[in-house]
Amino acid sequence: MSFWELAKLALGTFHAHRLRSFLTVLGIIIGVMTVISIVSLIQGMNYEVERQIASLGSNVIYLQKVSWGMGSIDWDEITRRPDLTYDDALALARLPVVAKVAPMRSRMIGRLNYRNRKVTNIEMAGITPSYGTLANYQVETGRFINSDDSLRKKAVCVIGGYIIDNLFPDEDPLGKQLLIEGKSFTVIGTLVRKGSFLGQSMDNVLFIPLSTFEKSFAPKRGYGEFAHSLSILIEPKKGVTLERIIDQVRELMRRRHGLGYDKPDDFGINSQETLRQIYHNISRVAFIVMIAVAAISLLVGGIGIMNIMLVAVAERTREIGLRKALGATTKDILYQFLLESVFLALMGGLFGVILGLSIAKVVELAFHLHAAAPLWIILLGFGFSATVGIFFGIYPASRAARLDPIQALRYE
Amino acid sequence: MLLQVENLTKIYSLGKTSVRALDGVSLEIEEGEYVALMGPSGSGKSTLMHILGCLDRPTSGIYRFNGQDTAFLNDTELARLRNQKFGFVFQNFNLLPRLSALANVQLPMLYAGVNRRERINRAVELLNMVGLGDRVNHRPSELSGGEMQRVAIARALANKPTVLLADEPTGNLDSKTGGEIMNIFDRLAREGNTIVLVTHDPTVARYARRLIRLQDGKVVYE
Repeated sequence: MSFWELAKLALGTFHAHRLRSFLTVLGIIIGVMTVISIVSLIQGMNYEVERQIASLGSNVIYLQKVSWGMGSIDWDEITRRPDLTYDDALALARLPVVAKVAPMRSRMIGRLNYRNRKVTNIEMAGITPSYGTLANYQVETGRFINSDDSLRKKAVCVIGGYIIDNLFPDEDPLGKQLLIEGKSFTVIGTLVRKGSFLGQSMDNVLFIPLSTFEKSFAPKRGYGEFAHSLSILIEPKKGVTLERIIDQVRELMRRRHGLGYDKPDDFGINSQETLRQIYHNISRVAFIVMIAVAAISLLVGGIGIMNIMLVAVAERTREIGLRKALGATTKDILYQFLLESVFLALMGGLFGVILGLSIAKVVELAFHLHAAAPLWIILLGFGFSATVGIFFGIYPASRAARLDPIQALRYE
Repeated sequence: MLLQVENLTKIYSLGKTSVRALDGVSLEIEEGEYVALMGPSGSGKSTLMHILGCLDRPTSGIYRFNGQDTAFLNDTELARLRNQKFGFVFQNFNLLPRLSALANVQLPMLYAGVNRRERINRAVELLNMVGLGDRVNHRPSELSGGEMQRVAIARALANKPTVLLADEPTGNLDSKTGGEIMNIFDRLAREGNTIVLVTHDPTVARYARRLIRLQDGKVVYE
């Protein structure tokens, strides 16, 4: 019997038991759906995160009080750490491997007003002129903070697109006076937009000179120790490797903090690599969860298929006997039932792929993620379904194939 | 000699007791014969027919089909023999309920690897022959008992078998319809088909040209 004839036979049975078949393959649907949607989303996240990380400036390292994502955090130890200071920045700038440094400090601000409008959830950063290039910010209109602003501690600011949207919906912000927590600042520039990340705007930033920040918004002692420390962005000279600059910065800072050779670092050196590491750790967890869910669903789905196929074999014992009497070989019967279970599983796979892609699409639209299901994952979804169909179908099918024709024909 | 059986025995073991369904049966059937195997229930006539149709194997003894000892054939070769050389007609018709009459008749040709076009042509021709030319697309549930048995006969003839084996073909039919079915067998016999008919009904057995009576697994009358 040709493959095509067998296939038509199997599809016919599937058609005759639509609801039963659908319920049977629910497990496979869920398994494949999970894999497709999560992989699409992770792919989308990968793309987004890589874009964000790249926007930090490719080889800039961040010297801060703490390392990013350093497992369990010992807050006692961290509060005892010395603050990073402007002098640290100056010393770092003198390292021969360093091209530029940009000390900065930032915090969220409670109130930002312009006339009767106000906007909240704004991150204010005190920066120096070099910050723009190191952190990848470009000016759209007006100008950036310059050294004159820093020197004179001017009350000027550069604002991001989110602030423009909320405070200056229909006027030019340049030269206008803003109130930052009640203090008056002049807008001297606007920033090129960075867009949003996971539905969160990246343009809710406001830059003022670091010196002005220290004068007007100096953090009070005893409250939020964390906020006293500067962050220092460091750009290495061309040709200096990441490892080398990290080594040199570490050595200098350890010397400045008078750390013995047996003491751990009391500062954190962060880079794009650190972020990538953190992100990879997170996405790996998502991957493991996905594989677990998928494996369980496929197992459940497979058992469902085996069960329904055993039922089918029992129900159709007479049919099997008759087919054998009419000349079906053991192989014909084996393939007939095996194909049926593979078709069942593939149908589950198909529904799973469709649902998974739909979920990914919905999430993409809701969160502006660039979700993409690569072809390999779709093929993998079908491949897994087919494997489940074969694996859990082989026993019922071989039971059908081994039936004795006479006993099968007499079966009531 | 087409069918040759020598000292055939078949023993079924049911738990501790064993039943001797056939006990040293020897007989020969030539091509073109129309034979009735008669006997009360439990006489072993159905068992004998199943062995003749290669659906079952004897416990001992020799069964030669066309001179070939069937004991040396494997399962696939037996399946091929059933497909090509035998046509079965059962008491309870054994049509597949989800398939149309046309598709049911095609089944043996499907396993023989006949192409679709030829299959359909032959099936239509056979259904016309048994008088069901206007019922080709009906499912078994839409057919009467006599019509179902005609479909079954058409199916049995699909691969132009050497032997037609019929097991109580009129057992589930009223006498009038049964008579019509027997007329079809009569016609097939006159056209030169070899037919082995199993029945316990003497009026049915009368249609055959030769009568073999079985009792307790033995041939008691020839």
